[in-house]
Amino acid sequence: MNTIFYTIVMAGVTYLIRAIPLLFVRKEIKNRYVKSFLHYLPYAVLGAMTFPAIFTSGGDFIPSLVGTCFASMLALKGKDLLTVALAACVAVYLAQLLLTLLSL
Amino acid sequence: MAALVQFKQGFKDGIPIGLGYLSVSFTFGMMAIRMGLDMTSAVLISLTNLTSAGQFAGLTIIANAGSLMELALSQVLINLRYLLMSLSLSQKIERKMTLVQRAIVSFAVTDEIFAMASAKKGRVVFSYFLGLMCLPILCWVMGTAFGALSASWMPVDIQQAFGIAIYGMFLAIIIPPMKEDRAIMQVVLLAAFISCILSFSFIGAGFSIILCAVLSAGILAYLHPIEEEME
Repeated sequence: MNTIFYTIVMAGVTYLIRAIPLLFVRKEIKNRYVKSFLHYLPYAVLGAMTFPAIFTSGGDFIPSLVGTCFASMLALKGKDLLTVALAACVAVYLAQLLLTLLSL
Repeated sequence: MAALVQFKQGFKDGIPIGLGYLSVSFTFGMMAIRMGLDMTSAVLISLTNLTSAGQFAGLTIIANAGSLMELALSQVLINLRYLLMSLSLSQKIERKMTLVQRAIVSFAVTDEIFAMASAKKGRVVFSYFLGLMCLPILCWVMGTAFGALSASWMPVDIQQAFGIAIYGMFLAIIIPPMKEDRAIMQVVLLAAFISCILSFSFIGAGFSIILCAVLSAGILAYLHPIEEEME
């Protein structure tokens, strides 16, 4: 099958999922529980996406863990997104390099 | 002009997201080539889908010549979290946003753009969102093309190190509010904890995220309902 059919189906499904609530929920939600739920939701989604995926995101576990700790430290200090992201990459790379050197 | 100021602010907020996307879409471009797609297809997928987990899953199905039904179902499961994010955003955007503007905003609801827009104080206006989506979309598409082009020569250890970029960004988004607000700290820790446990189960990553998020946000909303004046 041509890749273009796959692309259309993928894009169509993904767009509808995103558009339906934004297009059709136009009223303000009054219910306090629902409001609280929606307030906490973004943090819950990010927490679930980050863990445990981050522990294998840089290849092996140890370098990824080093990257995670380093990034958490910088984030605690309130550094901006880009600094934290790039510092995590560098930490993973260096940890990986160090491990390789030590095992030689 | 207020709209221009908003656009510029959005554009600026999109810089770190865009740079983060470069590395992830770069990986996508490389994988697409390795799995037998051509560069045009890879770029077209990135341009029309603008989603990480969904595209990676879709790529596997396409490469194995799976059915369209299977592909559609995988996208629903993995991307269902966007439904929750869009629902949350529907409460966050300015009330007078038109249908066309909403349709445009819908295209760019990603984890990071959503997180950035949610973290903003007060209502989000259309021009801010428009500025916010520029660089991430551009970088997502460009990164895919670069990845496809460099599939053959990039050293593996550098490719791997880039994998953590997106998660580093997530940490930078969630940790500061966790410090300020105990309830937010609890919701993040709870979601992370359930997610770690579910990773040992048969439940797929996309569905697991939905389950964790709904459970932990549901529990915290019950334990610590927000004050009315916070909205």
